[in-house]
Amino acid sequence: MSDGTRTIEIETLRYRPEQDTEPHYQTFSVPFADDWSVLQGLQYIKDDLDSSLSFRWSCRMAICGSCGFMINGQPRLGCQTFLRNYYPNKVRVGPLEHFPIERDLVVGIEDFIGKLEGIKPYIVPKESRTLAQGEYLQTPAQRDQYEQFSSCINCLLCYAACPQYGLNPEFTGPAVLALLHRYNADSRDQGWEARKEVVNAEEGVWGCMLVGYCSEVCPKGVDPAHAINQNKVNSTLDYFGVKKFLLPKGAAE
Amino acid sequence: MSARKPYVRPMDGWWRRNPFFLRYMVRESSAVLLAIYAVILLTGVFRLSQGEAAYAAWFAALTCPFSILFHWVALLTVCYHAYTWWKVMPKTMPMLVIGGRRISEVALSGIGWAATLAMSVAVYALARWA
Repeated sequence: MSDGTRTIEIETLRYRPEQDTEPHYQTFSVPFADDWSVLQGLQYIKDDLDSSLSFRWSCRMAICGSCGFMINGQPRLGCQTFLRNYYPNKVRVGPLEHFPIERDLVVGIEDFIGKLEGIKPYIVPKESRTLAQGEYLQTPAQRDQYEQFSSCINCLLCYAACPQYGLNPEFTGPAVLALLHRYNADSRDQGWEARKEVVNAEEGVWGCMLVGYCSEVCPKGVDPAHAINQNKVNSTLDYFGVKKFLLPKGAAE
Repeated sequence: MSARKPYVRPMDGWWRRNPFFLRYMVRESSAVLLAIYAVILLTGVFRLSQGEAAYAAWFAALTCPFSILFHWVALLTVCYHAYTWWKVMPKTMPMLVIGGRRISEVALSGIGWAATLAMSVAVYALARWA
């Protein structure tokens, strides 16, 4: 270790299904440099202290969305959170809340993946065009209507921040509903009609109580709470058979 | 055979886990105090319909120390309620773009807070003047 290295205590949750009946915390002393992230701390543990520690990671730069953890009780990306900000106190790392723990810091995300597939997360064209007719055109103003909601990296921090999802896992949840809005708000997409069953369902937008913590923890500024709650208005209008005059400009009539 | 044995954590006391959740619970429960206050006001209207004596008795009942305390608590609660109401309001409306620029959430909330303050001052002034 280089000069100026300090040592921090990292408490990580351990759960090994073959031997533990319930999770417990284990503390490791980790020497770290100023630029070390929590993820690097975990990698040090795995490489040098206890190779049995399990956790997900990939890109180390807040792109892949794999290393979401509860860090001192807050949903955060391990790669984007620095150990120096917690020193000299200890830092406690746990698996994302509201998901079943598979092993140590790894959670089961099948439920999320299933919901993600269920919203047609691709453009359902308003009118089909042949190759000869060329590409679907879009103005910058039309793009602005959905761009923010397209930044999701599926890191699931918003699900770990959503007590409604924890209390009722049937709830479609923040990221999936935000992505749904991303396609609905796209001028090239059919919009509302293509996905209205998901929105209108009780476990759709109406499962949201606007706690708003999802938007606070999102590392990409997607603001799922905004995507969900503006669609409560649309869902109400749809219930009364009113046309969607509140939908973004360019979306389906 | 699968070695999987997923562990589901309990949700007991979830709202005490994070100050953000606690503020959410205060925000939502402030509506209860508001409802009670609305019932008190409606009672006053009902008593007014029964004549001057009935109204005067209702009014006198409001001057007891417990009632004064309740009104102070209700006032502080409604202030917090108004603050949070406008704070989350921009989340419930579509993106607002004027002249090619998106209106920020802070600006939208700010308009709401200013309007609430102006209305409150106006109503108070009217009540003092009347």
